[in-house]
Amino acid sequence: MKAATAPIQRPRDARLLAVDARGAIRDLPRHVFADLFEPGDLLVANDAATLPASLTGVHLRSGLPLEVRLAGRNSLAAADMRAFSAVVFGAGHHRTRTEERAPPPALRPGDSLALGPLRASLRRMLGHPRLVELAFEASPDAVWAGIAAHGRPIQYAHVAQALRLWDVWSAVAARPIAFEPPPAGFVLDWAVLHALRARGVGFQTLTHAAGISSTGDPALDARLPFDEAYDLPAPTVQAIVETRAGGGRIVALGTTVARALEHAASVQMPLRPGTGLATQRLGPDTALRIVDTIVSGTHESGTSHHELLRAFASDAVLARAGQALERHGYRTH
Amino acid sequence: MKHTPLDSPALRVAVTGGTAGLGLALVEALHARGAQLAFVARDAVRVAAIARGLAGCHGIAADVARKDDAHRIALQVTAALGGLDVLVNNASSLGPVPLRALADTDCEDLEEALDTNLLGPFRLTKALLGALAASARAGRASGRRAVVVNITSDAAVTPYAGWSAYGASKAALAHMSRIWDEELREHGVRMVALDPGDMGTPLYALAVPDTDPATLKRPRGSALEILAAIEAAIRAEEVGP
Repeated sequence: MKAATAPIQRPRDARLLAVDARGAIRDLPRHVFADLFEPGDLLVANDAATLPASLTGVHLRSGLPLEVRLAGRNSLAAADMRAFSAVVFGAGHHRTRTEERAPPPALRPGDSLALGPLRASLRRMLGHPRLVELAFEASPDAVWAGIAAHGRPIQYAHVAQALRLWDVWSAVAARPIAFEPPPAGFVLDWAVLHALRARGVGFQTLTHAAGISSTGDPALDARLPFDEAYDLPAPTVQAIVETRAGGGRIVALGTTVARALEHAASVQMPLRPGTGLATQRLGPDTALRIVDTIVSGTHESGTSHHELLRAFASDAVLARAGQALERHGYRTH
Repeated sequence: MKHTPLDSPALRVAVTGGTAGLGLALVEALHARGAQLAFVARDAVRVAAIARGLAGCHGIAADVARKDDAHRIALQVTAALGGLDVLVNNASSLGPVPLRALADTDCEDLEEALDTNLLGPFRLTKALLGALAASARAGRASGRRAVVVNITSDAAVTPYAGWSAYGASKAALAHMSRIWDEELREHGVRMVALDPGDMGTPLYALAVPDTDPATLKRPRGSALEILAAIEAAIRAEEVGP
């Protein structure tokens, strides 16, 4: 697979690889997406909008530059948003591979950071010199305004062009709680939603705070995905119950949706609406309780996203899918 | 998630151009009715002053005419309100003042009017469409829609000489509203274009400086009519097929 190099997540000639329950593999144009569903199926998407979670600034004690990448929140409450976990880099920018980024200045609790119009204090270290909990010193409205004005979408060296917010918000993006875009959502546009509807396929959403996908540090990457907060609305739970009763499939649009639904199911069955904090990983030993099918971007073997796919298909099928992706020139994250 | 007749504290509304004229009257009327509110305007000092006077109201300093501001506004609105049920695209530009004939209007002046009156509402609605559709999905069981109101003008219908950039851009906004309404109806989002009438506002005073304000509608009266129209659009019975 080739690395993606363009910021636009919605190329008109995009492809999709369909792997069915028997392991049969088809390479298809993405515009046939809706045709892969049967009437009575339910597609569940993550409607989290993505924050401009990369904030450049200065470590005030040393005067040295740094980049803070917001990485997590324990709650989705609008007023409870001053404290974030964050990954911190030293001087540099996204065009340098994260593996080669300079370390941050030596950080310790109580340090102050100037991040554009925002001030933050470092509350504690989270078991790694790059991973911290920080708290913004302003009202919630002022913090959102500061993030909106100064923040940039988190991005990586393989995409040189600076991303804008419209590059990282899917068509259904609603509440800004994700730290990186849940990428599978880019398969959706309003024509696809219309086609699903015309075909008798249900569509619902949940909101899941998709976290950062890579830090460039092996020890930190081994801790991914971090805990991710989510909100499961009542109409989505109702639609899942009705789809199940009618014999339809529950299709998760993206790994974040699978993680949230399976976490909610692990807490309580029958499923209940409400908020939760997904702490688990999905993998080959996961017994799926809700999700029948997953729509996913392509991910390299060994990543947590790829591990998640092992809950849905055998290693042999995934290996053949990987070969097909390679053969057809798919791009990976 | 809570559901919302207009007088419920849970209705989440955003208003652009919220610090003067009709926009301010709408913000005050919605606040009095208990809506959760965010409003947008360019002057940060005035935004902060009005937000301070309306408890729980979120003021956002931004310019709807700027492409870069659309998603920043959407981010702050949905972050503050936890979603969005109603968007009122009210911010308007007259174009060149004193008003002048189309033939004497510079291209740049027409572009500026289009940026505020057409592209601004288009971009902001597009950036907030995910939140509005989420609101509609949540309200579907109770027959409640999400609503976008675009404030237009009789100058969008009648070709008054001199109301050139304004009239043309508002006509485009009115027609865009009709197209969008057709497209989004199945998703439970209604798009309504409303003409509030000739009001005694700073914008009208700029356009027609010698008008006696006593002969014009008061913005508060128009605001209450718009609230009634929003309520009707939210409660309309058929939501999608």
